[in-house]
Amino acid sequence: MFKYILKRVLIGILTIFVIASITFFLCRAIPGGPFDRDKPLNETTIANLNAKYHLDDPVWKQYLRYMWDVAKFDFGPSYYYKSETVNDYINRCFPVSAVVGFLSIIVALALGIPLGIMSALRQNKLEDNITKVLTTLLVSLPNFVVASGLMYTLAYKLNILPPALWGTPQQAVMPILALAAYPLSYFTKMMKSSMLEVMDSDYVRTARAKGCSKFLMTYKHALKNAVLPIVTSLGPMFAGTLTGSFVVEKIFAIPGLGEQFTKSIFNRDYPMIMGLTIFYSILLIVFVLVTDIANAIIDPRIKLEGEES
Amino acid sequence: MSKLLEVKNLSTSFFTKYGEIKAVNNVSFDLDEGEVLAIVGESGSGKSVTAFSIMQLIAKGGRIVNGEIHFNGQEITKLTEKEMTRIRGKEISMIFQDPMTCLNPVFTIGDQMEEVLKLHFKELGKAERKQRCLEMLDKVGIPNAEERLKQYPHELSGGMRQRVMIAISLLCSPKLLIADEPTTALDVTIQAQIIDLLKELKEEYNTAIIIITHDLGVVANIADKVNVMYSGEIVETADIRNLYYNPSHPYTWGLLKALPRLDMKENELQPIPGSTPDLLLEMDHCPFFDRCEYAMECCRQSKPEYYETGENHIAKCWRYHPDFPKEA
Repeated sequence: MFKYILKRVLIGILTIFVIASITFFLCRAIPGGPFDRDKPLNETTIANLNAKYHLDDPVWKQYLRYMWDVAKFDFGPSYYYKSETVNDYINRCFPVSAVVGFLSIIVALALGIPLGIMSALRQNKLEDNITKVLTTLLVSLPNFVVASGLMYTLAYKLNILPPALWGTPQQAVMPILALAAYPLSYFTKMMKSSMLEVMDSDYVRTARAKGCSKFLMTYKHALKNAVLPIVTSLGPMFAGTLTGSFVVEKIFAIPGLGEQFTKSIFNRDYPMIMGLTIFYSILLIVFVLVTDIANAIIDPRIKLEGEES
Repeated sequence: MSKLLEVKNLSTSFFTKYGEIKAVNNVSFDLDEGEVLAIVGESGSGKSVTAFSIMQLIAKGGRIVNGEIHFNGQEITKLTEKEMTRIRGKEISMIFQDPMTCLNPVFTIGDQMEEVLKLHFKELGKAERKQRCLEMLDKVGIPNAEERLKQYPHELSGGMRQRVMIAISLLCSPKLLIADEPTTALDVTIQAQIIDLLKELKEEYNTAIIIITHDLGVVANIADKVNVMYSGEIVETADIRNLYYNPSHPYTWGLLKALPRLDMKENELQPIPGSTPDLLLEMDHCPFFDRCEYAMECCRQSKPEYYETGENHIAKCWRYHPDFPKEA
C-alpha cells in the first residue's frame, strides 16, 4: 500500500512538472504581453516592469527561475494585482470554490443515488420516466444555462433567493444547485444502470434463494456492488466540478478561484495562469489517487499494484 | 416414506411482447424424503424454470399460470412473498450453475455463510454461528476453514466456491436441495467430486435433492429417478436403472446416444439433429415430431398422452399406445 502510494505520488509530481512546463511555454506563445493595455503604457514603464519581473531575461532563465519557485510552492506575484501574490489568491479564493464544489457534489450524491435506485426499482414506470427526462435535460444543459434559469425563476420571478454575491447561506444555494445539476444527473443515470445490472446478477439471485427479503437483497447485496462505479467516478467528478465552476462563479459574482482563472487569462497574468493551472492539476491528481485507494478499500477484488495478495 | 414434494399440473409462462412463452407446460411429479430426482433435458427444455417455479424465484416477466406445488403438506404457490422467504434457504435451498458469479464479490465467505443462519436461526449467537459455519466448511471438504471464512469469493477456485455454495445451502439442514446444473461450469474431475459430495451429504442429512442437468452421465450414480424434459414437458419418467437400461422415449434414446463414451472412436459423437421447437407456437403435435427418426403420421396429427412402459416408468410417446403393434 505504502509503496503504491509513494509510486503514485512520484508519478504525480512528474505529471505536474510536465504540465507546468507546457503551461509556461504556452503562455509565452500567446501573442501580447502582460502589460499591454488599451491605452499603451510608455516604453520606459514597460521596460521597468519587465525588469522588475525578470521578463527581460532569456526564456530558459525565466523557466528555471519559475520552476525553482514552483518546487517551493511559490507561484510568484500577480502581474495584475500588485498587492497580492498568486498564493494569496489561492488562499483567499479557493475555500469559496471548495465549499461550493464540495456541497454541490454532496447534493448530487444525496439526490442522485436514491433517484437512481428508485428508477431502477421502478423501471419504465412513471417515476422512472420523469427522472429520465429530467436527468437527460440537466446532463445536456450547460451549467450557465441552468444558472441563468435558476436566477431568473428563484431570484427574479419568485424573489425568494438573493440573485448574486457571496456571504450568506442563501447566496450559496443557487450556485450549489447550478453546479450540482450535471453530477446529479450523471450519478442518477450511473446508479440506475449499475443497479439494474447488479439486480440481475447471479449473486443477488443467490441472496433471494437464501431467504433474503427484497429489502435486504436490494440494500445489502445489490447496493454495495452497484455503488462501486459511483465511487470510481467521484474523484474526477469532484475535481471537474471545482475546475468547471468558473462560469457559474462568474454568473453569481462569487469570489471563487474559477472566476480568477478566467480573468487571469484575459489579463495575461502569467504567474496567475500557471499557478492556478498547476494548483488544479494537483487537485485532480490527488482526487484520482484518493479515489483509487477508496476503491481498493470498498472492493476486495481490487488490489493496488505492488500489494501482496 | 411420505411425499415431500408434489408438483401437480405446473405451468409457468413468460409473457413477452411477442406473446406467451410456455416454458413449463403441465408438469407433474413427486419426490419422497431423501430421494434424488434428476431433471434432464437440453437448453430451453424448461428444467431450470421448473426449479425456479418451486422456489418462486422466476425471472422477470414469468409467473406460474396453473398448477399446485405441495411441499411438506403445504400448498406453496399460494403463500405470500414473506412466507416464502421463510421457506427459501431454510426448507428448500438452491445451488446454481456458475459458482464464479453466484457469491457476492464484496462480502467475505464468512459473512455470506452466517447470513443464512442470521435469517433463519435468529436465536443463535455469534460464536455459535461461526462454529456451525466452520463445521459445515469442514463437511464440504474445505481445509483451513477458519482462514476461508475471512476470504472473499475471488480468492477461491471454482470448485471451492461451489463447495461454499453447497455449504451455504445445507447450513439450515433443508428438506429439499435444488441443484441447478451444479457441475456444468466445472472441470470434469471437479464435477465428480462435487457429485460425490452431494451424495455423501444427502446420506448424512437425509435431504431430498432435485438435480438439474443436461448430462445424463453426471447423474447416473446419484439419482434415484429421472424426469426427461423436452419443450417444457416431461416426456419420460423412470427409475434411474430403467432409464439407462430400458429407455422408452426416442428423445431419451437420442440423449443417451449423444453421450460421449470412452470406447468411442474420434468424430463419433451423435447429436440429435435439429433444435428445440419455438415455445411461442401453439403445438397440437408431438413436440419432438420434427426431430424424431421414428415419427409417424399420428405424431403429426395429435399430441401423445403418458403411457406406461414398465414399472414406475411412463413416456409421452405414441409408440406405447396400447394399440401400437408390439413386434418392432
